[in-house]
Amino acid sequence: MSTTTTDTSPPREQFTGQVGFILSAIGSAVGLGNIWRFPGVAYENGGGAFLVPYVIALLTAGIPILFLDYALGHRFRGGPPTVFRRVKKWLETLGWFQVMICFVIAIYYAAIIGWALSFFVYSFTLKWGDDTAAFFTGDYLQLSDTANGGAWFTLDFVPAVLIPLLLVWVATIVVLAGGVAKGIEKANVVFLPLLVIAFAVLVVRAVFLDGATDGLNALFTPDWSALGDMNVWIAAYGQIFFSLSVAFGIMITYSSYRKRRANLTSPGLVVAFSNSGFEMLAGIGVFAALGFLANEQGVAVGDLEGISGPILSFVTFPAVVSQMPAGPLFGALFFGSLAMAGFTSLISILQVVSAGFQEKFGLTRRKAVLWIGVVAAVLSVVGFSTTTGLIALDTIDNWSNNVGIVASAVLMCVFLVWLLRTSPELRYHLNAVSTFQVGRWWYVCVGAIVPAVLLYMLISRIVDLARNGYEGYDETYLLYAGWGTLVFLVVGAVVLTLPRWRRSPDDFVAWPTYPPVMAATTSKGANR
Amino acid sequence: MNGSAIMLMVLSLLIVWGGLLVSILALRARPERADFPEGGVDDHREDDAITERDT
Repeated sequence: MSTTTTDTSPPREQFTGQVGFILSAIGSAVGLGNIWRFPGVAYENGGGAFLVPYVIALLTAGIPILFLDYALGHRFRGGPPTVFRRVKKWLETLGWFQVMICFVIAIYYAAIIGWALSFFVYSFTLKWGDDTAAFFTGDYLQLSDTANGGAWFTLDFVPAVLIPLLLVWVATIVVLAGGVAKGIEKANVVFLPLLVIAFAVLVVRAVFLDGATDGLNALFTPDWSALGDMNVWIAAYGQIFFSLSVAFGIMITYSSYRKRRANLTSPGLVVAFSNSGFEMLAGIGVFAALGFLANEQGVAVGDLEGISGPILSFVTFPAVVSQMPAGPLFGALFFGSLAMAGFTSLISILQVVSAGFQEKFGLTRRKAVLWIGVVAAVLSVVGFSTTTGLIALDTIDNWSNNVGIVASAVLMCVFLVWLLRTSPELRYHLNAVSTFQVGRWWYVCVGAIVPAVLLYMLISRIVDLARNGYEGYDETYLLYAGWGTLVFLVVGAVVLTLPRWRRSPDDFVAWPTYPPVMAATTSKGANR
Repeated sequence: MNGSAIMLMVLSLLIVWGGLLVSILALRARPERADFPEGGVDDHREDDAITERDT
């Protein structure tokens, strides 16, 4: 067997094998959105009937775009800037755009994990008392009262938010400095099974609470008329898309750490179905708990407020915990799960930034992680551990996700499939190394269905934001924090494209050779 | 729970968790290809090879 490769670039870090890769990829995909976004979205979009568009979206958008990410990272072996540059030189900027998105998301994502850690500790004494809404925004976040003339941006730090946030950053830097196999993979091997066990215990406990069945009825009773509503379909595609963490560089980066002769599509299916399986579990757990809360308060589940997002986790759930038997244990399990799900996603998000800088600027792993980690931690502390942190988080999250990531996905599909016609090469790559073969249907998904749905989402979101603003926030504030985020992403992407590469990524020959000259006819069984 | 809610819950779990089970079983049955195109062997010129733990 030949020991040389056609590649002259230095060796890459690697996951130790398929299991380590799959666990890390699931750890990345399963994040806060699975726990606090899916249940509410499903409930509001047809209940049980939501299953139909959801499964169709998983098969026609989620899995295909996951495969696209895998193929790119694995074939072109790098973080997004390296990968896109190797596809086409001028496409490097799209890679940096994805790196910038990851950087921005990491900065506020860490803050939410910090909140979860605080609430994990508060669970043991049920510190939030009876008025959980007042506790979260008042006692804990000390949120600036903007409605009554409070400032939109302050530097008044809140120690209870700041300290756990610093802990999160220290842990993140330590894990990333450990490298792919000894840092990221190890963290996932520990936290992912722990997360699944903790969450499963929580869900089983929740379904046996009084009133749990009312919650499950609310979640699963189908409203078939919803299937005729286009917005329900868009919501399903949006949920699948955001929950899988695709199209902003994470899965490109992770798959670049697989050895060359590695199966891609079959592990991809395991990752995609695990992500949805966890979401389903979260839906059952959350709505069983909401049914219990409604029962305790003597109202219908439909009349409850705060059934998704941070409010579900930090206002509604504490109320559930306070009223149930063995509440402290239940609370600790919930917030512990939230912190673990968030942490395994955070390290994957930041690895994208780290890989991008290591490759372009020739930095060692530790140097890149330390620099990026410290800069991100400082920005994170300044932006999100103050009395205006929640407002900034809400705004920046909306723009970077609903505009930034969606735009990134649309551009990726349009450039790769339509402009550069790379999709046959990528499909060939997937099929040459994988056991599950990808058919021509994949072209239709990544070339037509995904860009069409996402482009519609993107345009309608931009129009809505431009016309109606966001959450009633101050217009000038939104101009800087919201649209400014978008400008920051684009300018950052362009600026980072400009410097010279310390080691040129261009002397690279992708393996396996495409078009396949002889491989297809002679390779069968020849190597082993 | 009402009948249609139970049915949809069971159906959802069957499809999603069933899909997960089938994909895991398929991967266990054929973890890797036996035939690869020529080349594509990873090297460790600048680092120490990690211990591979593959399925």
